[in-house]
Amino acid sequence: MTDQWETIAREGFQFFGKMSASISHEIKNALAIINESAGLLEDFSLLADKGRPIDPERLKGLAQSVLKQVQRADGLVKKMNRFAHSADDAIRIFDVGEALDLVISLVQRLYAMREARVELVLPDHPVMAVTNLFLLENIIWLCLEFLLTENHKVVKLIPETTGEGVRISLVGQFGFPDDPGRVFPSEIEKALLEALKAELRMEPQAGKMILSLQKNI
Amino acid sequence: MSEKVLLVDDEVDFLDTLSERMRTRGMEVATSSSGAEALKKVEQESFDVIILDMMMPGTDGLETLKILKEKKPDLQVILLTGQATVEKGIEAMKLGAMDFLEKPADLSQLTEKIKKAQAKKMLLVEKHTEEKIKKLLAEKGW
Repeated sequence: MTDQWETIAREGFQFFGKMSASISHEIKNALAIINESAGLLEDFSLLADKGRPIDPERLKGLAQSVLKQVQRADGLVKKMNRFAHSADDAIRIFDVGEALDLVISLVQRLYAMREARVELVLPDHPVMAVTNLFLLENIIWLCLEFLLTENHKVVKLIPETTGEGVRISLVGQFGFPDDPGRVFPSEIEKALLEALKAELRMEPQAGKMILSLQKNI
Repeated sequence: MSEKVLLVDDEVDFLDTLSERMRTRGMEVATSSSGAEALKKVEQESFDVIILDMMMPGTDGLETLKILKEKKPDLQVILLTGQATVEKGIEAMKLGAMDFLEKPADLSQLTEKIKKAQAKKMLLVEKHTEEKIKKLLAEKGW
């Protein structure tokens, strides 16, 4: 394996690991609520055995809470599944808006921990790309991480179709320094960009990054 | 004497259900949905033990633990987490947590730990009181 692909593989494993850990943590939270709700139902039934009446509204509320958390956990597993399948094909055609939406849903809890959020601004028509979906998700994640390190609390993701292919703008709230204290793009990002045959342009004063993908790779 | 507990977690449904279960077991339970809110509550009321979620927006569990132990060293803190790794456990203990549990937690296990936490806190309070009395006696020359 070449150095470039070793770097990409190592970064890919870390990215996959971080996303999996975040999702599994959220699933645990949903399970914890289901566990307590089941426990409370058990408590009510024990109290009923001792002659204490059960409030039907309370039971209804608990049932709804369990259903809500089951739906939440199911959504999380679906998300994890979609993410896992993004590594299926080396090259595929896909909707960039949907891919970015998946990345946002993967990172939103991590970002909520830091009181930050990512917003997707979609155009009227789908933006289609032909490239490696997993690597694209990875580079978007790394760009978002950089912006978060620079203390942007809101980042906008804007995909657009251009004559040459696809453009994805990542727009922070304020300009970032020309010399931000860490090198970006670093060797990891450069390796991903080369594999994607993509370009990343930094506009520090506008707090913007622009990722350009070719029509076909 | 019933245990006085502060439950801290950003998942409100979890807080509501667990606190209700704890109250039916005779505990006095207050809740906070953030680390910042918990730190304010601890200034206003006395608790035997804090059950603290590790991952919360804003001031997270470990940061809250650090500040709690600085403000109220006798306070016992049990951390709850969805990811109980050895590294996190060690980090939590180094910061002064009494114990560390993975979610979903077994309530009977948690209740045992809360009783131990209350006993430990009472011993610490007694020890400090004894030290104060000894110091006072020494100062007065009695």
